[in-house]
Parts: sequence; C-alpha cells; structure tokens
Amino acid sequence: MNAPLRRVAISVLVLFTLLIVNVNVIQVVRSDELRSDGRNTRVLVEEYDSERGSIVVGGTEIANSVPTDDQLTYLRQYPSGPVYAPVTGYYSLVYGNAQMERAADDVLSGDDARLFTRRLADLFTGRDPSGGDVVLTLDPAVQETAMAGLEGVTGAVVALDPSTGAVLGMASTPTYDPNQLSSHQPAEIREYAAQLESLEIDPRLNRAIDARYSPGSIFKVVVSAAALASGQYTSDTVVPAPQELVLPGTSTPLENFGGSACDPSGRQSLLDALTVSCNTAFAQLGIDLGEDRVREMAEAFGIDGEGFEIPLTAEGSTIGEIENDAQLGVSSIGQQDVQLTPLQAAMIASAVANDGTLMSPYLVDQVRAPDLSVIDQTDPEELSEPVSADAADQLTEMMTSVVENGSGRRARIPGVTVAGKTGTAENAGPDHNWFIGFAPADDPQIAVAVFVANGGGTGGDVSAPIARDVMQAYLDGQGG
Amino acid sequence: MTSGPTTDPRAAAPGTATPPRRRNTELALLGFAVLITLVAQAIVDLTVTGSLTTELATFGLWITALWTVAHLVVRRWAPYADPLLLPAVALLVGLGLSFIHRLDLAAQQAGSTASREDAPVQLVWATLGLVLFVGVLLVLRDHRLLSRFAYTLALVGLVLLAIPAVLPSSLSEVNGAKIWIRVAGFSIQPGEFAKICLTVFFAAYLVDKRDVLALASRRVMGLELPRGRDLGPVLVAWMLSILVLVFERDLGSSLLLFGIFVVMLYVATERASWLLIGLGLFAGGALVAYQLFGHVQQRVDSWLDPFAYYDGSGFQVAQALFGLGTGGLFGAGLGGGRPDQVPVAKSDFIAAAVGEELGLFGLVAVIIVYLVLVERGLRTSLICRDAFGKLLAAGLSFAIAWQVFVVLGGVTGLLPLTGLTTPFLAYGGSSLVANFVLVAVLVRISDAARRPAAPSGPPKPALGDAPTEVVQT
Repeated sequence: MNAPLRRVAISVLVLFTLLIVNVNVIQVVRSDELRSDGRNTRVLVEEYDSERGSIVVGGTEIANSVPTDDQLTYLRQYPSGPVYAPVTGYYSLVYGNAQMERAADDVLSGDDARLFTRRLADLFTGRDPSGGDVVLTLDPAVQETAMAGLEGVTGAVVALDPSTGAVLGMASTPTYDPNQLSSHQPAEIREYAAQLESLEIDPRLNRAIDARYSPGSIFKVVVSAAALASGQYTSDTVVPAPQELVLPGTSTPLENFGGSACDPSGRQSLLDALTVSCNTAFAQLGIDLGEDRVREMAEAFGIDGEGFEIPLTAEGSTIGEIENDAQLGVSSIGQQDVQLTPLQAAMIASAVANDGTLMSPYLVDQVRAPDLSVIDQTDPEELSEPVSADAADQLTEMMTSVVENGSGRRARIPGVTVAGKTGTAENAGPDHNWFIGFAPADDPQIAVAVFVANGGGTGGDVSAPIARDVMQAYLDGQGG
Repeated sequence: MTSGPTTDPRAAAPGTATPPRRRNTELALLGFAVLITLVAQAIVDLTVTGSLTTELATFGLWITALWTVAHLVVRRWAPYADPLLLPAVALLVGLGLSFIHRLDLAAQQAGSTASREDAPVQLVWATLGLVLFVGVLLVLRDHRLLSRFAYTLALVGLVLLAIPAVLPSSLSEVNGAKIWIRVAGFSIQPGEFAKICLTVFFAAYLVDKRDVLALASRRVMGLELPRGRDLGPVLVAWMLSILVLVFERDLGSSLLLFGIFVVMLYVATERASWLLIGLGLFAGGALVAYQLFGHVQQRVDSWLDPFAYYDGSGFQVAQALFGLGTGGLFGAGLGGGRPDQVPVAKSDFIAAAVGEELGLFGLVAVIIVYLVLVERGLRTSLICRDAFGKLLAAGLSFAIAWQVFVVLGGVTGLLPLTGLTTPFLAYGGSSLVANFVLVAVLVRISDAARRPAAPSGPPKPALGDAPTEVVQT
C-alpha cells in the first residue's frame, strides 16, 4: 500500500500548494483591487481612526475632526455647514466623499507624498498619524453675503480675485447640512439623503461648477471683445441696431428686450449697444464678425468645452455647434447652445478686470502639515490673454456704462465705480437672471458672477443687487 | 531533562539501541505553541481594549495545564508517538482561541446586543476534547482493537449521520443546513463524529476485502476495471453521500465522506481505476445535484463570481476576499483589522480573519502547520506495520487534509462554499472534540508504528530510559 500512499501524500502537497498559490493571488496580486473596492468599507473605517486634517477659511476651521467615544474614533464636523457646503462637500460613511473632501482627500487623510516624512516620524514616535490642513482662498464675508443673497432662490455666486484667480466666494443654493451626511449613523445618513433626493433639485449639486446654463446677454461681453480684438471696431464704432432683425435664411424676426428700438435712428455706438443690451446689434455684430472670431474669443476666455480642476472639478462651458448665420446671430446674444457655468461667467469678468489677462481660478491657498508648517503655497498662474490691455480698457468703459446708465444700475455702490453686464436668458422655464461685473472699475479687487435660475425677473433686477452686496462686503473688508 | 537515552549505559549496549522517542522535542514544541497562543492573546487584548486582564493569566494557566496533561499522557502511554502531531494541534487550537476571543471583543465593541462570549465556551470544548484524547489513549492500548468493532462503528456512524435528517427542522437546522442535533441549548454536529466512525469502518472493511477488490478485474482500454459485483461498496458509499446531500443539504460532509472512501479504496487496492470511477461518480452526482437543487446552483454561481451576487449569496465570500485583500502581505495586525465584517467569521470563515490580520504570511503559516500535521499522519501510515493501522492512519490524515482543502478553498474562492468547519481552528464544539479524538487515534497508531519491533522478550527495555519517570514498572 506504500506506493499509493506516497502518491496521496504528494497529492495533498499539490492541493495545499494550490491553496497557497490562490491565497497569494488574492493577498498580493489582487490586494489593491480588493482593498480599494467601493464596497469594502474597511479602508474607510480605518480612515476614521486617524485625525483628518481641517479645511480652513480665514483662520477658522470650516471642516474639522473631533474625537468621539464610539467605534469610529473621529467625527467630521462642519461648524457653519450649509454656508460652505458647496465647497467642502461631505465625508460620508455611506456615500463617500464629495467636493473638497474628495479633491483634497490625499492631504486631508495624510496620504499625500508631501506628508510622508511626517507620517514616518509619527510611526516612530507612536503618535497617531493625522492629516494635513487645506487653507482655502475663500473670504468669509464674501461667502456669507453670497449665500445670504441667494437665500430662497436657486442659484450660484462665484467671486474671484481678478489679479490672481483666487476664488473669494463660491455659493450655491439650495444648500444642505454636510454634518448630517457625515455622522456615524448610517440610518440617519440615508434618511437625510433620501430627503435631499426627494427635492426637485438635489442640493448636493454645486451649481457654481457642476452645471451649465444659458448665459443670455452676459455673453455680449465676449462678442464685444471679439469685435475689439478684430481691429475693425472700437467702443465708439457705430453699428446697426434695428428694432427687428430678420435672421439670414429665416422669416422670424429677432426682437430687442420688450420689443423696443435700441436707438430711434436704428444705429448706435458699440458702447451704447452694450449699455442698453441691444439684441439686434449684437446678433448682427456676431454675424459680421463670423463664427471663427466669436469662437476663438470664447475659447480664449476658457469656453472650450474643457473642464477645470480648481481642484474641485468644474464642468466645461461651450458655445455649442453653430451651423449657420442665423444660429450665429442667436448665439451672439448668449442663447442657442451657449452654456456657461457660473464660474466661467466670473472668469469673463475677471479677465476684463485684469487688463485682459485671465488667471487660473484656484480654491486652495495653502497646504499645511499637522504642525501648521506650510508645505505648499499656490502660485497664481496665467491661463490665457483673451484681449489686449487696451481692448480691456474699452470693455471696462462699456461695462461701467452698463452700471452707470444701463440695465445694471442696481449694482451701483456709492463712492465706487462698478463695471458689469446683466443677462436675462430664455430657457424652458422662467428666465435665468445673470450679472457679471467687477469693482472698483479703475482698480479691480473683485470680479463676480451671480446666477439665479428661473428668477423670472431681469438680471438687473434680481442678480445685480446680490453682486453689489457681495462686492461691497469684500471692499469693506479690504478697508476700501 | 539533560539526560537523553544515549547517556544511559543500557542504551549503548549493541543490538538493543532504541530509536529516539523525541518526547522532549514534543515538549519544547508544545511550549512554543503555548507561547505563541499567549502572545497572540496578549496582543489582541492590548490592541483592542488597551489593557491586559487577569483573565489572560487564567487562560494562560489553563492552556498550559491542558497541554502539559496531554504531553504527560503521551509520554506515559504512547511514548513513541510522532512528536509533531500534538504541537501542531496545540498551535492551531491556540490560534483559533485567540481569534475567537478577538472576534468576541469586536462584537462587544460594536455594541451588538447578542454578544455572547464564545472563546470561554470554546476553551471548555477544548478541555472536553482533551479529556476524550486522554480517554482514547488510556482505553485504546492497541489500535487494532478498533477493527473488531468495525461494523458496530459503521452502524453508529450511519445513525449519527441520519439523526439530523430524521429530526424535525426546529431541532436540526441552522442556516439552511440540516446537520445539527440541538438539545437543551447545545448544538452538536454528529457528522463530525460519524466521519471518524465511518473511516474506521472503511479501514477494517477494505483491509478485509482488498484482495478481491484489487485482483478480480478485467482490462479495458489499458485500465484494470473491477468486476461489476465488486462495484457494490463504492456505489453504497456514493449513495450514502448523495443521501446526505439531499436530506441534510450538506454539500461539505457529502464531499468529505465520499472523498475519504475513494482515497482509502485506492490506497487499499493500489488500483488507480477506483479513483477514476470515484471521480466519474462524483462528476455525475455533482451534475445531477446542480440540475436538481437550487441551493447547489446558487453555491456554484456565487463561487464563479461572488461580487455579482454581492447582495445575496456572494456576500460572505466577497467580504472574506475584501478582508484578505486588505490584509495583504503582512496583515492588519492582530486586533487591527475588521474581520467581524465577514458573517460567521468565528466558525466557517475564521481563515479569512487569520488572513486579514496576520496577512499572507500568517495564513500560509497556518496552512503549512496543517500540512505538517497531515504529512506526519501519512508518514505514520507509511511506516505502520499492520494493514489496518496503515489504512486507518491514511484515512484519518486524508480526512483532515481534504477538509482543510475544501474549507479554505471555499473561503478563498477556489471552490464553492460547502459549510465544513476548519479543523481545530474554528469555533464549534463537535468539530473540535471529534478532531481531538481523531488525533488521539493517530497518536496511538504512530506510537505503535514507531515502537521498535520486539521479536523476543517482553517489550519493556525502553521504559527505563525515560528520564522524567520516577516510578519503575
């Protein structure tokens, strides 16, 4: 019986080798895949064992981790949750991370390579490793004013420092309480999420960057820039501005807002056309310039379909496909398939304000190690130069006229010259109301875009006052 | 224990040299196993609760006493036994206790209301197992005695196997498998004992009939095929496992019993044709079972892709794989992982907990300890001088190997899940106690196998060599 016995012994060896090989495959080859599977809650639970870094605005923590007594050692808290929710996002056991909690996860969790040596030191000193802090560019006064201005409506506000691209404010309403998505009770989290999902518009969407809307007349700034850049126009050039414009190849006439004539003579300067937001003048101007010039200028302002990482992911904006001159005419007044995010709208104002140079927008000012030493500081970067300084001056002059004499009067700030442009965009529902602008016009400190979805009024009525409050709050804070 | 056999002048006498008994090796290895057990327990307590308790001391004393008794009994009543069998068992039982304790703590932390402490219960079972181990060694002085009770044991085995099938579900069913006897708060899995009884019977029966089964054959296509009427026993064994599968929905025991029988048949007859016949019958049975039974199909589906059935039958294996993958090479450390996320981690899936917290190295080490245990058992079989002991040792060793392979294969996704318990390691009284008995029989056979043949005179000379023995018989 010994020969078969030896064979049995060898077979057992083979079977056990199979087991060992299989375990190797699982624990080595497939280890990363299994570890990072979304359904594997082990890593997330492990994350709760170390102190996650804070998100800081103006010296105050707007997201931090506090120790608890329950099984998950640290609880994520958002002291003024709903005000900063569009930027912070949430840190949820059930739904994972969103917005900054996701974009800056490596730093906050401490996995970032720049924090490596410190983690190593923690290992030896036996301290619990903790994550780094992320200091945002947001200005508390701007953010609070913007959120207050949007109260009760669906909308978004983006405010930029035109000279650097730093995001001073990023508001989106309706908002939500990230604390309730970041608790340690899965049942309560699910209940709150169900409540949010039952709303018509999910508040977890950050409308400043996650969604695109028809811009309406604020797009006329881009068409004006294209005209000035062509060398054939100045702000004083007189352009046709009829009461009605029959678009090439169609029989439907394009009208001005309220059906009025822009000028009794049927002609006016480019400056006047923008001031009264003359639809017929800009539709004709766009057609005269041609699709290429309009599209190139739009792309120079960043409207090229590509998104941005600021480091939140912003949707790309687009002017869509333009098939003929009729569509070009309608696109030139910001309708048709032109779709902008509020961030992109603010970038247009910002480029004009910064002498024609567009700075890359960014939200993270500094990354700090747990001991508060700065390990990374964002340097402002130029994104593009859509127009010359001279053209920017003329645009500023035109936009100042809008606020002084035109549709943007309600954005006026006593003692400060404000430049801006209103927009009232037609869409399936009530009109969207826009305002983009900057102040002071001669030394711009802040550029802003205000968007109110289906506000039903005009950009001048609904959005300009919000922009005024936001700009004023910032200028007051700057001692100006 | 400084003096060994070689210092004894009598041992040096030509012709009377006795082979080494290696009892001190066994003692040292047992000490090592106890040390690992206690260190593991201490790490678990420190990591999970942050402090050591007096319970650890009690546990340490208890465990030490347990293995000391086991060692002394082997030293006295089975002095030539293989020195690796007992330490391997001690290490597995100790590690198992540490992991059950670790999962107890996890359940307490999660604040689960039904957090029963299972580790102390398992320790009681281990103690009972040891009592039976000692009992077997004391009562069964010669393993050949077992062959006399072969048919009685066969009957006992069959009755044990059949009881859960006959009992009403309320007394026999847990999680869909009808393999229990549940009386007065205790759950007994009679299949674990039936496994041993039937292995003994197989050994006795096959030794009896091996000549007929081996010699009377026809050659068909280069293969020695048995005569039709000799197919009887293998068909009966096959029918038996099918019955177990149908009436108790117990894929594991069914596979285990049939595997043991076929391998023993092969060893007894030295005819590879039996293996092929067995494999054919198994394949046919499996195919029919797959067609007929929903739970078999479900097992197979969730084996092929556990993640596709994540919300249902694949959840357990998927969680086990997550645990293993997260553990990686070195593991999360004892107390550092989340093995409690795998359902029934204490019993069926304890290997996943080992892999998660001790990593690839820990899990492979455990597999190798099993391999050592099995190969020492097969070695015993190889050197055993009587056919019955040889076949019995082979059957029992293979039973452990097969069970480990089927269980670990199931947990790691290599095979479909079967619902057998990991021998010695997993929580479960019946399994633990039965396997203690199994090892006791192996120890008894290995003692006989390694004992020097005594062609003349009474087999006494070795006794005086044992340095720890004060009393001479």
